[in-house]
Amino acid sequence: MILVNGEPRERAGATIAELLADLGVEDRARGVAVAINGEIVPRATWDARRVAEGDRVEALTAMQGG
Amino acid sequence: MGTEQIPLTDTPFTLAGRRLDSRLILGTGGFPRLETLAEAIRATATELVTIALRRIDPAARGSLVDVIEGCGVELLPNTAGCYTARDAVTTARLAREAFGTDWIKLEVIGDERTLLPDAPELLVAAEELVADGFTVLPYTNDDPILARRLEDVGCAAVMPLGSPIGSGMGIRNPYNLALIVDRASVPVILDAGVGTASDAALAMELGCDGVLCASAIARAHDPVAMAHAIRGAVEAGRLARGAGRIPRRLHATASSPDAGLADLTPPVQ
Repeated sequence: MILVNGEPRERAGATIAELLADLGVEDRARGVAVAINGEIVPRATWDARRVAEGDRVEALTAMQGG
Repeated sequence: MGTEQIPLTDTPFTLAGRRLDSRLILGTGGFPRLETLAEAIRATATELVTIALRRIDPAARGSLVDVIEGCGVELLPNTAGCYTARDAVTTARLAREAFGTDWIKLEVIGDERTLLPDAPELLVAAEELVADGFTVLPYTNDDPILARRLEDVGCAAVMPLGSPIGSGMGIRNPYNLALIVDRASVPVILDAGVGTASDAALAMELGCDGVLCASAIARAHDPVAMAHAIRGAVEAGRLARGAGRIPRRLHATASSPDAGLADLTPPVQ
């Protein structure tokens, strides 16, 4: 079990790129950033980096804001 | 009347080495629809708009980034919603990763009720981000000493509030704002508190280099009309500042001469 944006998912072992695809994000989408357990995951490693059991993944993008 | 009819002799606005033809920065928060936001961006003639970083919503319709890029303006990510220096620094780094910009509108908020900046946390975050190569544009209190400290740690501008975010209360302490302007050697941009056009004009008349405005435009009954109004106010205030206002006096000073006044006394009976 991992958490993606606060939602539990049975996706331990998946790559960041695969998790983003689950969220409907196209490959290398502009304006997206990812953190695992509060640590930034550089874009260049999204295909290689796999999430482990218990990881908290935050997948973020631009929203309207002052 | 278009601004092209005003003979502009003003020096260009330079922010962290970037020349901006508009002194108005638009916050994108609060617009009911992306189409309205796009129209407001054009109406303000801004070149820089702020955005926040939030969780991806798979159900979201339309891309904010596409709208902003479609308008040909630059985006300025913020750290809105961060209450600690640590969260703000991480958010800034995520924004750099997401948008490929090292410009950050730094916000570190003290509490939900006032959304006022947390000064000690703000200063820590600013110093760390400057050291990490960011161009830091901090949302700060209208405190001249804090503004100086932010400048000292290497911020590219200071962005004091006029009053709390979204309050529309205007500039509650114009005297403090004037003190900040008086000694700053980086641009001073009024951030937060603008309720209507006259607030933006006052900021510029007090010597601010620019105005950042979100709610006053986004939440106006007619956001596009208000975008035009605030654009005009920023330009008017800037011109008035350059023109030099007359001093305030307690008593009247006649604008018509006494000399040559007609003698209209009726004949003595």
